[in-house]
Amino acid sequence: MSRTSLFLPLGLFLLMAFMLWRGFALNDPHELPSALLNQPLPDFQKTRLADGAPVARQDLLGTPFLLNVWATWCPTCKAEHAELNRIAARYAVPLVGVNYKDDGPAARAWLARYGDPYRLSVVDEDGSLGIELGVYGAPETFIVDGDGIIRYKRVGAVDRRVWEEEIRPVLQNLGLPLEEPPA
Amino acid sequence: MIPELGHFALILALMLAVLLAVVPMAGVVRRDLTLQHSAGALSAGLFVFLLLSYACLTQAFLQDDFSVAYVANNSNALLPWYYKVSAVWGAHEGSFLLWTLIMGGWTLAVALRSEALPTAMLARVLSVMGALTVGFILFLLMTSNPFERVLPVAAVEGADLNPQLQDFGLIVHPPMLYTGYVGFSVAFAFAIAALLSGRLDAAWARWSRPWTNLAWAFLSVGIALGSWWAYYELGWGGWWFWDAVENASFMPWLVGTALIHSLAVTEKRGVFKSWTVLLAIAAFSLSLLGAFIVRSGVLTSVHAFAVDPERGMFILVFLLLVVGSALALYALRAPVMRAEARYEGLSREVMLLANNIVLVVSTAAVLLGTLYPLVYESLTGGGKISVGPPYFNAVFVPLMVLLLLMMAPAPLARWKRTGAAQLMSSLSKVALASVALGLALPLVITGALELWPVLSVMLGTWITLALLVDALERVRNKQGLSAKLRGLKNLGAGYGGMVLAHLGVAVTALGIALTTTYSTERDVRLAPGESVTLGPRTYLFEGVAPLEGPNYVADQGTVRVFQNGQPIAVLHPEKRRYLARQMVMTEADIDPGFFRDLYVALGEPLGEGAWALRVHDKPFVRWVWFGGVLMMFGGLMAAFDRRYRRLKLRDQAALAGALAS
Repeated sequence: MSRTSLFLPLGLFLLMAFMLWRGFALNDPHELPSALLNQPLPDFQKTRLADGAPVARQDLLGTPFLLNVWATWCPTCKAEHAELNRIAARYAVPLVGVNYKDDGPAARAWLARYGDPYRLSVVDEDGSLGIELGVYGAPETFIVDGDGIIRYKRVGAVDRRVWEEEIRPVLQNLGLPLEEPPA
Repeated sequence: MIPELGHFALILALMLAVLLAVVPMAGVVRRDLTLQHSAGALSAGLFVFLLLSYACLTQAFLQDDFSVAYVANNSNALLPWYYKVSAVWGAHEGSFLLWTLIMGGWTLAVALRSEALPTAMLARVLSVMGALTVGFILFLLMTSNPFERVLPVAAVEGADLNPQLQDFGLIVHPPMLYTGYVGFSVAFAFAIAALLSGRLDAAWARWSRPWTNLAWAFLSVGIALGSWWAYYELGWGGWWFWDAVENASFMPWLVGTALIHSLAVTEKRGVFKSWTVLLAIAAFSLSLLGAFIVRSGVLTSVHAFAVDPERGMFILVFLLLVVGSALALYALRAPVMRAEARYEGLSREVMLLANNIVLVVSTAAVLLGTLYPLVYESLTGGGKISVGPPYFNAVFVPLMVLLLLMMAPAPLARWKRTGAAQLMSSLSKVALASVALGLALPLVITGALELWPVLSVMLGTWITLALLVDALERVRNKQGLSAKLRGLKNLGAGYGGMVLAHLGVAVTALGIALTTTYSTERDVRLAPGESVTLGPRTYLFEGVAPLEGPNYVADQGTVRVFQNGQPIAVLHPEKRRYLARQMVMTEADIDPGFFRDLYVALGEPLGEGAWALRVHDKPFVRWVWFGGVLMMFGGLMAAFDRRYRRLKLRDQAALAGALAS
């Protein structure tokens, strides 16, 4: 062991501290370009959470829809769930869930408990669809147009602001009628 | 007046901490014994003023002094007195004052219990601890002053303590946890002092060992209490979520565990010195990092950090100063010489090294999983994500299986070299028994073979029987039962502590595997008079009645549990609405048992007297925390081993001899 190698822990620590500092000091964080933006939704053969029936990519296409990656182990998913319920109840946009690396019975119980905003949830127990989608973690939300092209990606929770400022305009551009329903 | 007194006491404590950081250290440099001896008195003074400051804040809570912002935000006139006392550490400012007070307590304890330490060494140690305390108090005074007033007084009743925290678990959990966290500062200070003096020897490791064991014992029980609290208070029946707050306490525990083992090697065999110093620095650094993660606001969101950048930036700079300078000192002063002691491939040294590697790799995995979402969020501006249990379980569980596997041969292995044949002969029967029991027990009791129960029973038996074999071998030469028992007693408290702590690990591992596999739960809608069956038991819902608590109103359900037609328990889960915050809390009711918990939580009212109910059957869940309690007793027992006192006297005699000649 030489004296130089003893500097290794210090180097590692300074690197980590620099990354933390840089990260937290950034005032204008920039979105990483999603490799999948304007690419077709990957092909898959999976099952439905509700009844185990098979579901594939082409079953979802037709109208633009929101694809939301969620799991019961993910606290942020729980936090955004009320907003998803609200969107599903008020607006004419289908939501499709991807139940990511989760336990089937727990996921069904979770939806029964907190409400089910999804037209259907795709079971992605092994996380392979997540890998294809380039998922960093849960939750993530994609907008897929009628031809199956990914038009938008959100990493992290969808809240009222994200819906109003980001997701709704994109959906309206895709031709979905998203007028505010009469109160 | 009292809050101002507390504020002033805190400022005086800061002065004393600065003196403690500077004066004894200057005494060491100038070889001035009087200055070195001032460390004890300064430590005592520092503690007294911290205690005074803390007592003033407590008094402000007891008197409902809502002109103090922190009291107004975290207490309520209707709160029972014991929650007023514990509300002091119910939020950021007060809990950090408690943290600092505990730091003062450790400093005083070191000052009082180290009469055998060379004066210069003690002066260095206490100076380092004083310097750390300066940072803590500055943080309080500059960014998190709990004594700040709001005048004119706006609050009449106070906003109340967060209802989740109005609970016995929260009275005891933070003090235990902080005592553990902050306790690693002692090992840290000893390491820095040793690096400064260049005296990195067996004596240094021996002085550090009891303090490290003590801190580790508190941290173990602190973590177990936190898990228990989450289990009964959050209402989902979960007991570990791999969330960043939990990880923040778990990482120092993992490194602390490695440190305990590595200190043993350094003391007994004089090897791994640099490695041990590095672990001592790492354990406390991870405690500080945990404080940064939890307190800077980066958890809620990186953007919360931006809202209160002062606080986060202070901790980051403090972290950089403390850890950076410690690691720089390490790089410059740690010994590069190869140790003279020799050991072979199959020896206790190597076993403990392997233990260290597994524990450090586990820590790195947890650190990565904890920081990744934060770094991701900050670099991309995306939202909050979790990598969650799938990642942690996939990485962590195999590592722990490996660790448990090594826990049988390691205590049996001897220093320097172990005969492979001897080890084989000792362990082959143990291995056989473990496999047999691991297959038989789950099969006989449940009629099925599932991976985790089988594996955990095997590993639990493996560890337990190996400990037994080892103890018996150590008294093999004693004749007769009473001589054998005396022989066991003579193995010492350190050995007994090791056995207890290892048993605790086995118990916790068993609890985790069994409760994860065998737990069942059901969500049902029940009208009064309806029942649900889960496993061998039937739960009869008798309806809900209103109940009035001191600062809340509740709907209290009654659920009778029957097994084989016999009533075995009556549970009263509640749905509480806390008046001050208008917050609704689910208060689960649990029938605890050594082999199983019955857990009932009240969901939402569904009309016509019917309610959503969640019923859990959780076998062996207590074992998860019972293991933690065993670990605590193991750590305490080892810390108070008489050996340290005896050896301290020997060190003292040696020192006196050296001075006399």
